[in-house]
Amino acid sequence: MPQWLHTFGDQYLMWNEGPLIWISDVLILLTGFGIVFVLTYFKKWGWLWREWLTTVDHKKIGIMYLIASLLMMFRGGVDALLLRTQLAVPNNHFLDAEHYDQIFTTHGTIMILFMAMPFIFALFNIAVPLQIGARDVAFPYLNAISFWLFFFGALLFNISFVFGGSPDAGWVSYPPLAGPEFDKGPGENFYLLALQISGIGSIGTGINFLATILKMRAPGMTLMRMPLFTWSVVATSLVIIFAFPALTVALALLLLDRIVGTHFFTMAHGGDPMMYINLFWIWGHPEVYIVIMPAFGVFSEVVATFSRKRVFGYTSMVASLLLISVISYFVWAHHFFTMGAGADVNTFFAVASMAVAIPTGVKIFNWLFTMFRGRIRLELPMLWTIAFVPCFAIGGATGVMLAAAPADYQYHNSYFLIAHFHQVLIGGVVFGMLAGMYYWWPKMFGFKLDDRLGRYAFWFFNIGFYVCFMPQYALGFMGMQRRMYVYPADMGWNTLNLVSTIGAYLMGIGFLFIVAQVLYSIKYGERDVTGDIWDGRTLEWSLPSPVPHYNFAVIPTVTSRDAWWEMKQTGQIQALRPSADEIAPIHMPKNSGRPFILSACFFVAGFGFVFEWFWLAALGLLGVVICLILRAFEYDDEYHIPPHEVVETESALGRL
Amino acid sequence: MERGAQTTQHGHHSPTLYIVGYVLSLVLTAISFVLALTHAMSLGPTMWILMILAGLQILVQLFFFMHVTEGDGPPYHSVTLLIGLIFTFAICLMSIWIMTFHYQSY
Repeated sequence: MPQWLHTFGDQYLMWNEGPLIWISDVLILLTGFGIVFVLTYFKKWGWLWREWLTTVDHKKIGIMYLIASLLMMFRGGVDALLLRTQLAVPNNHFLDAEHYDQIFTTHGTIMILFMAMPFIFALFNIAVPLQIGARDVAFPYLNAISFWLFFFGALLFNISFVFGGSPDAGWVSYPPLAGPEFDKGPGENFYLLALQISGIGSIGTGINFLATILKMRAPGMTLMRMPLFTWSVVATSLVIIFAFPALTVALALLLLDRIVGTHFFTMAHGGDPMMYINLFWIWGHPEVYIVIMPAFGVFSEVVATFSRKRVFGYTSMVASLLLISVISYFVWAHHFFTMGAGADVNTFFAVASMAVAIPTGVKIFNWLFTMFRGRIRLELPMLWTIAFVPCFAIGGATGVMLAAAPADYQYHNSYFLIAHFHQVLIGGVVFGMLAGMYYWWPKMFGFKLDDRLGRYAFWFFNIGFYVCFMPQYALGFMGMQRRMYVYPADMGWNTLNLVSTIGAYLMGIGFLFIVAQVLYSIKYGERDVTGDIWDGRTLEWSLPSPVPHYNFAVIPTVTSRDAWWEMKQTGQIQALRPSADEIAPIHMPKNSGRPFILSACFFVAGFGFVFEWFWLAALGLLGVVICLILRAFEYDDEYHIPPHEVVETESALGRL
Repeated sequence: MERGAQTTQHGHHSPTLYIVGYVLSLVLTAISFVLALTHAMSLGPTMWILMILAGLQILVQLFFFMHVTEGDGPPYHSVTLLIGLIFTFAICLMSIWIMTFHYQSY
């Protein structure tokens, strides 16, 4: 091998780090070639560009978010299994310290920002416009930009594994550890730039959906007639809009520290590393409510549908969502009680943190009362919802334990904390997102996911969850700290760690069953011919599955909560089936390739900043500016679907 | 999708408004940058002036670029703005409270 290739291989491709990297290289190349081959062989490049890369249709964007987040769940899950394999037995040397650091960093970052976030956005996109009787979101072009910024942000983050080196300062990336002195190399820059780029997309989504819900509801759908999932999106969007800027600031300042040599977070020259921690958690705590509140929304829809009752205490559900979103801004310091800001500060934030349990408790009781004397059908969405209730209740209770500031000095950064936040994030967010996926899958694709395989997935994942995380509460009490990559054999932790690892593998098997379930159901899944496969309550179930791209041939007029259910009860379904002469030309946004190109330019700029190749960064930013200018002078970005085309589509669906 | 309808309702703003706003925001930024860079004053007064300049900057953005006084339908933007102000002030004041470590002076 020539010398330059050897140097390049070691410096940028990390070929000196061993087989994990080599295997990944080979797999990535094979997958890449496979995708290119299939697209070329079946002549699908044009289809890919026209139907997906340039689309501004919220339903297709939702599907792309869903696919991306499932892929990221796989990557994050593999990371988790590597970590648990390393910790299965004492004095293990499956991974070295450096690799272990990198893997827990990518596991955390990917699961929160590149799995949970796109998963909630997937459900936003799929459900919200359909639930409020709109034809698209308020800003479809911005919606496409949001998706592609997320996509290229995630790509930038993941590419670090095989090009340049992964970040290794934890998903919180605290300075001074993440600062220029202790963390040389591009890994940390990858983290900062990738989050920055996808963060712009997230703010865009927050603004987009708040505007959509406030401005584009069907006539008659007052705020208090909206489905609860839509309400949860209102609360979430508010939190996104006001929380994400704090992350943007924290990341930007740390990036300046690293590549320009400023001193915002160094001890020298008047900086203060704790300020980063403060800023990070001003975003970080609202962030966990950003991902949990849409799950609450899903549970409200699922519980009502599968108990065949309207949801108990609608008004208190709305009030508690809004209360959670406000309180979420007053609790962030509980992530660093041990910083020692003072007894008064800790007392305030401890009480505020415990207060979150009140509106959350209201919601839990409302779901239970909705089920009470309902005619419950244990379909997959309902199964995950029922599993969520005890899991989240235990997670919430251990959360209140952690919120007690004096006790937190004991729990802080121990495995007790790890078990707690996995319990609320998996038991709350992942269960909720899977429930939502099963619930709206027929609406997206026109077929149901197979029940039997889904039940295997459910039981493996659920039992695996408790086997994995219950021992970690005990390990925390026994003194095991988070982020330790190896432990001696005489601590008494051996059995519990081994049990925990077995649980993690059971969850991995559960995930494989979900993959098998999707693949099996594409061919054999029950087809949804009515569009209302669950006997649903809200407007999205009044449409055929999959939904035609203009959504509603005629915008419905809403007269009550659970509008579709009421129409079915009073026999007014025909009111939603328009006659041919009612159909007017439908005003739609045009597809555009620019969101994709714009985001690719952001990727190039980010890549330039990561390696401090400023010429490349300048080139990328130039591309961004050109895209923005082109957009400013674009006037012809809308068109009308002629009525006869709508009539044809509707007739083919048997709705005219 | 609604964009086309809205521009016809509001008509167009003259570019003067935007240019004035742009110049004002640049001037405000320049003043604070110079103050921070040259240490022309002691820390206390500099802090106060910077905060006042930041407040003015918010007003410039709201009135010159975001047209906070215009709009039709229910005043959702006022509600959102109010929530935003509450969050902003709460976060700033509590951050100062947390980050002064005042118990250490006891």
